[in-house]
Amino acid sequence: MLQNKSYVRKTRAGKIEKVVKEHYLRDDIYCGAPACTVCDTSAARLSPNASTILVLDTNVVLNQIDLIENPAIDNVVVLSVVLDELRNKNLSVYNRLRALCSSPVRKFFVFSNEHHRDTYVKAMVGESPNDRNDRAIRVATQWYQRHLGSAVRILLITNDRENKRKAVEEGIFAETVESYVKSLGQPQLLDLVVQPASEDVVMDDVEDLRPSKKKIIYSEHKPMSEITAGLHRGIYHQGKLRVNRYNSFEAYVGSESIGDEIIIYGRTNMNRAFDGDIVAVELLPQDQWHVEKALSIAAEVGNYLRAEDEDEDVHLVPNSSDDAPRNASVQGPNADASLNSARPSGRVVGIIKRNWHSYCGSLEPMPLPAGIGGIAHALFVSKDRRIPKIRIQTRQLGNLLDKRIIVAVDSWDRLSRYPSGHYVRTIGEIGDRNTESEVVLIENDINCRLFSAQVLACLPPLPWSVSSEHLSDPNREDLRHVRVFSVDPPDIADVTNFVHPGTPLDDEASQRGTSVYLVERRIDMLPKPLTEDICSLRSDVERLAFSVIWEMTPEADIISTRFTKSVIKSCAALSYVEAQARMDDSRLVDPLTTDLRNMNALAKKMRQRRIDRGALTLASAEVKFQIDTETHDPLDIGMYQIREANQMVEEFMLAANVSVAEKILKHFPFCSLLRRHPTPTREMLEPLLRTAAAVGLDLDISSSKALADSLDRAVAVYFCSGDLSPPEYLHYGLAAPLYTHFTSPIRRYADVIVHRLLAASLEISKLPTVFQDRPQLTSIADSKDVLHNDLLHVTKFWDIMPVYLNYRHRNAQMASRASVELHTIIYFRKHPTDTEARIVKIRSNGFIVFVPKYGIEGPVYLTAKGDNGGGEWVVDEQHQQVKKADGSVSYNVLQMVRIHLEVVEPQPNRPKLQLTLI
Amino acid sequence: MEFVSPEGLRLDGRRPTEMRQLRAAIGAVSKADGSAVFEMGNTKVIAAVYGPREVENKAELINDQALVRCEYTMANFSTGDRVRKPKGDRRSTEISLVIRQTMEACIMTHLMPRSQIDIFVQVLQADGGTRSACINAATLALADAGIPMRDLVTSCSAGYLNSTPLLDLNYVEDSAGGPDVTVGFLPKLDKVTLLQMDSKLSMDIFQSVMQLAIEGCKAIANYIREVLHENTKQLEYRRGV
Ligand SMILES: [Zn+2]
Repeated sequence: MLQNKSYVRKTRAGKIEKVVKEHYLRDDIYCGAPACTVCDTSAARLSPNASTILVLDTNVVLNQIDLIENPAIDNVVVLSVVLDELRNKNLSVYNRLRALCSSPVRKFFVFSNEHHRDTYVKAMVGESPNDRNDRAIRVATQWYQRHLGSAVRILLITNDRENKRKAVEEGIFAETVESYVKSLGQPQLLDLVVQPASEDVVMDDVEDLRPSKKKIIYSEHKPMSEITAGLHRGIYHQGKLRVNRYNSFEAYVGSESIGDEIIIYGRTNMNRAFDGDIVAVELLPQDQWHVEKALSIAAEVGNYLRAEDEDEDVHLVPNSSDDAPRNASVQGPNADASLNSARPSGRVVGIIKRNWHSYCGSLEPMPLPAGIGGIAHALFVSKDRRIPKIRIQTRQLGNLLDKRIIVAVDSWDRLSRYPSGHYVRTIGEIGDRNTESEVVLIENDINCRLFSAQVLACLPPLPWSVSSEHLSDPNREDLRHVRVFSVDPPDIADVTNFVHPGTPLDDEASQRGTSVYLVERRIDMLPKPLTEDICSLRSDVERLAFSVIWEMTPEADIISTRFTKSVIKSCAALSYVEAQARMDDSRLVDPLTTDLRNMNALAKKMRQRRIDRGALTLASAEVKFQIDTETHDPLDIGMYQIREANQMVEEFMLAANVSVAEKILKHFPFCSLLRRHPTPTREMLEPLLRTAAAVGLDLDISSSKALADSLDRAVAVYFCSGDLSPPEYLHYGLAAPLYTHFTSPIRRYADVIVHRLLAASLEISKLPTVFQDRPQLTSIADSKDVLHNDLLHVTKFWDIMPVYLNYRHRNAQMASRASVELHTIIYFRKHPTDTEARIVKIRSNGFIVFVPKYGIEGPVYLTAKGDNGGGEWVVDEQHQQVKKADGSVSYNVLQMVRIHLEVVEPQPNRPKLQLTLI
Repeated sequence: MEFVSPEGLRLDGRRPTEMRQLRAAIGAVSKADGSAVFEMGNTKVIAAVYGPREVENKAELINDQALVRCEYTMANFSTGDRVRKPKGDRRSTEISLVIRQTMEACIMTHLMPRSQIDIFVQVLQADGGTRSACINAATLALADAGIPMRDLVTSCSAGYLNSTPLLDLNYVEDSAGGPDVTVGFLPKLDKVTLLQMDSKLSMDIFQSVMQLAIEGCKAIANYIREVLHENTKQLEYRRGV
């Protein structure tokens, strides 16, 4: 059956156009009830003995997705009209509902009502699209009731009063979300129900405990039409709001229209915008612009020593807060000259796109309400300090006060100081190491589920060994006779021989993107049998590998490069320590040790050449813990020691990555996965150069930690070769014109992709088809949108994959750091310590120190809190010095001081490390 | 963009291997020797055939076979924007050529030496697959004109979106920028006479997409045969046979 849908739309050029689309109606769309005698039941998903089947309207899904994800809500018919509406309104909720529909443990069935001949409805004259869709939902509900008979109750869940009234009139069972949840008899479920925003609905039964009742706190958000017009006329500026990680009362909006960052000071000017929201900003009159404090000239805004309640944290170095504001242009050339130069400041007038999701944290301590099971209004404090406190209602306050919980934001009206949200779930007890570790994982969106049965089914049966098939493969070279050995890392096993494109194993690996290393555990990208057995190049065992074979002169010049899949038999799997010990032991002259020494000699030359080319060897500040095997608590903490053996392996890995990058780029100039590191701008290095000049030091740039900090702002990223021009391929830090990741396919998905590209360039295997999908349209792939995208259905592989991998890579790094920080706190809570530290930055009321022994950076205050210097201390800008007004005491940049390290808890549930001068 | 839902339905409700609705009518232009209107969904094309007749420009005359000419145009109203469609631009020249070559390969030109056959096709409404619709309309019009042909050449396209081969792309699917394979096919001789694709596809996927397009051509050939059959019956009836 055929229907033509026609509608009028406005084209991008502003013309009005009538669009006619065909719309086919079918008779082969089934109901999904396994007991149905009429339909094909092979794809049925609903429970065979369900007494109630739910139909949800669009707004219910949109607003109550956390509730719907709770297993208490099941046997749901999801109508295609709802999915269509949802996709247009909120892609992330759409994806969450889709995930429910495909989850094997849930009974959500998609009914394509829009293409079913009996449930399709045509818009009536004068009927709004909303009304038409509501009617379509009612028609489908009614069809189900008639189709399945009276043994089952088909229940329409809607909070729309009009829709519910019509439904009841038409003889449909209909209920609101709240009344349905109440009928389930699980009171704690009610915490998940989102309360309607007060602007929309009269909240007659909700007692308002806020002192600010009825007072308007925030100015109104401008309607979208006004915002668009304002942007056009240049009075508003659009950009993503980023809240300062160290001071949540300060935010930045990068604006292309004024080519600079606009600073938003204070919650009133931020006007209910969240970190990550796309907002419209209006500039304040210039006389209200924030004047830069003269004394903090070289400071990053995020590193002011603040006397407010939100102050700077002790953190690890290098500080990879890559989302710290890019305020370089303000610190740039004009900063010295005009100490009083003001930075453009503004206020948010409207929100174009919300970035609300759910957050980890805990409730602010408060007395339990009288009476049991009463509703309490609590304030939720997110672990992420950029997020404001969130008001929630709960019936289980006593239960939640000492827990880490997850809360989602629902609304924020003008009358409320804080946004409103609802409880989603409990993670565990506050302070418990497992709970806090899980918080780290959740905050960084890391999937630590066990591998599913489908994924494990893709693995070859164990015990696995090299077969005659592998040996007779013409594409695989037999290198078992060659003396092969490995030093520490898992090495370049032939992972893609086991991970095939399009399999559940491959999908899972691509979604994980990378392995994640926490202090006490590792979350693998691939299942254990692969990482620890089949793809582990152990000694004296035959394994499949992907080899890069160079012929080199004694001067480490490459004469020839060859790539081949291979079979190897490692004669030794050495750790860095073992390798180093062998090289150092002059009594050893066995072939293996000689090989090691030769390779080390080559590596030194390669390294020197790289440094001569301008590569930077950055001081690594990797922290190492000794963990108690029983309690998993940290026993000791220290910096990881870098040996020559580490550098040797690193050098050959870099060389392999470079060789592979050249090879794949030659074969696939437009679809190679490469890694680049943008050249830092002069502005990024400015603070460092200034410090150096002030102290009159000729800084050794190659080992400068401050340089590492500056460079860290320009992070290395994956990209598709077709998206950039060759000069932009440069990896600045390694001084390599071309670079990629090939050497760790076990723990990085990028390397898996590169292995496939390399195999295809050697004509060993075909290029997976998704790699070839390269439509001309480039999408502005936002990592947030990408995140929820089902990679199975992605057509624009190259638009999405590099962005996605960068997102995963960054999150994995952030999680590792957070885990180290967590364990640092656990350690110093038990072991307060005195130690040496070096002053790296001077502030008006103190200085920032670096603690080399633990790789920690943090502030040391010279004055009491709340006292902003008070004239007692004076900063000498030119000599980067802070001294007492009477000149009795002074501290210089780079000076060593002794400090005391201990854990304090100034705010409940937020322990932090405090550094004090001894 | 999701072009095939997890439920296996395309945006317009078809399944991946389903064709749009076909409609055809013979004899829309009474002045012509043969004519036909052919519709594939919302794509609507009219074709008119003149000939075999005397060669207009003697310089073009071919001694041992007929001269086949083709003109392809798009009506100004064929797309929603009602913009004047250019004539003789690259695209229409190319499509004219493609149609001419396809039809020429099928017409038994050696039976009509020193003559000329003109095929005019015009797109009345465009919604993807115009090339194929033009060829199908031309086939019907040639048959209506009684011009001897080796076989009924038919055409259909197939694409590849969301890792799924899709038959007979409509405009929205066509605009997705994925590969689009157009096949011209002689069903009785089981021969492909036209094969076009603008993008890249790996060999095995290309084969499955092309096979799908061929299946589409076969279905269209059955339909066209039915239409001709029905038309002949009508003629017989009118002549009182
Ligand atoms: Zn049924």
